[in-house]
Amino acid sequence: MTTSTDAVPQGHIPPNPGLHKIVLTLNGSRREVAAAPWTTLLDLLREDLQMTGTKKGCDHGQCGACTVLVDGKRINSCLTLAAMKDGCDIRTVEGLAEGDSLHPVQQAFIDQDAFQCGYCTPGQICSAVGLIAEGRAQTDDEIRELMSGNLCRCGCYPNIVAAVRQAQADTKTTETP
Amino acid sequence: MNQFELARADSVADALAKIAGNEHARFIAGGTNLLDLMKEDVTRPRMLIDITHLPLSKIEDAGNGGLRIGAMVSNADLAYDDKVSQAYPLLSTAVLAGASPQLRNMASTGGNLLQRTRCYYFYDTGTACNKREPGSGCPARTGVNRIHAILGASESCVAVHPSDMCVALAALDAVVHVNGPRGERQIAFEQFHQLPGDTPDIDTSLAPDEIITAVELPAQGYAQHHSYIKVRDRQSYAFALVSVAAGLEMDGDTVRSAAVALGGVAHKPWRNREAEALLVGKKASDEQFQAFADAVLQDAQALEHNAFKINLARRTIVRALQRAVAMESAE
Repeated sequence: MTTSTDAVPQGHIPPNPGLHKIVLTLNGSRREVAAAPWTTLLDLLREDLQMTGTKKGCDHGQCGACTVLVDGKRINSCLTLAAMKDGCDIRTVEGLAEGDSLHPVQQAFIDQDAFQCGYCTPGQICSAVGLIAEGRAQTDDEIRELMSGNLCRCGCYPNIVAAVRQAQADTKTTETP
Repeated sequence: MNQFELARADSVADALAKIAGNEHARFIAGGTNLLDLMKEDVTRPRMLIDITHLPLSKIEDAGNGGLRIGAMVSNADLAYDDKVSQAYPLLSTAVLAGASPQLRNMASTGGNLLQRTRCYYFYDTGTACNKREPGSGCPARTGVNRIHAILGASESCVAVHPSDMCVALAALDAVVHVNGPRGERQIAFEQFHQLPGDTPDIDTSLAPDEIITAVELPAQGYAQHHSYIKVRDRQSYAFALVSVAAGLEMDGDTVRSAAVALGGVAHKPWRNREAEALLVGKKASDEQFQAFADAVLQDAQALEHNAFKINLARRTIVRALQRAVAMESAE
């Protein structure tokens, strides 16, 4: 298949571009890793850093299972090149709890029974952490809209909304001196 | 995804030097559309140039009462910026109608302008597509074409532009600032995206060796009378079947000026200035809005599955204008 401007002919042998050295702060720890330029952040986490909490669902930015926090902002790690995040702070679902003490969002997902099969849950939880930090969802409708990038095929949406609401309240309580 | 080299640009000049004469290279910013297209094997660049470190992440006063939005400003930062949401609420609303919070955190202003159609045949390398492979044919014309164009299509392509942001930018008469080997230039928003004609593989008037540096908004932001309505198959996180961005200047009940752009109906955000002129100096009324919608859709042509869009567009135009007028009394 060729196009007018950007085709690589079938059978074209690409140049060997070498590996990119990537230094990340992953869940608070400095990690240094080398990866090919086409490695996504999702694949780097799962395949090279053995952090398999982050899930690959659609691999096209449509389902949100791969959501992680990069410099505090939620993004789809499947549509992110790892080498472009050299120097960044990455937080995954593995980095939310403090020791045996769950993050308020994790605790809320358990309390509200906000998952069934659990496959989308790490992405839902990271997305909810991002949503709460953004501070823009005041109503249930706003929670639904601002969680729209995370699909749950088990259909746990009402309980996910309840979990986000609980975690918002818990986070506010914690922050009040 | 095909294999490629990745280079990092540290300045606009560096980015331009790296892409000069390198026809198989592409700039990458948010990557939300480009990497998806690469995973589908629709596009196969040999080199990506990372432009996320360029100093183009500011939203600044343009000096003429307008705003200058750097090309690297994320969709989320743009939509929630205080100046933008106060002076250009139409733009904020449109941006927040698109994609998901994650994607809006990633996607850039410049990249949004360059996103490609979501026509299923363009994405499916098992089928022909004049946009992907010029001269191969357009299966959408006779295939499943429920989401396709009703205005400005050609024999070779019936795809639509997917952006919400761009519909608002078209209504706002934004100006695209670009830089390239022949120097800086400015492109009026209406001239930026192109109709498919015989060259549907070319989406925009940006040359392959040029880079978008900023999008400038003129002073008139229609903050008093505006509306963005997006009609889609599900209420969130879906592309528009039809969307309408409307901005009005009112003098009492009389329309002083009108800017209306449509999304989801053509290969580019659709404006019809002759039709807009029909509204000027008239009392705002449903009859006037109907007449305007009829004028905009006068040359609309349906394919087998998208005839509903003509009526949908007519009703959405009227509703958007009604809402834009009603804003002040609601305040």
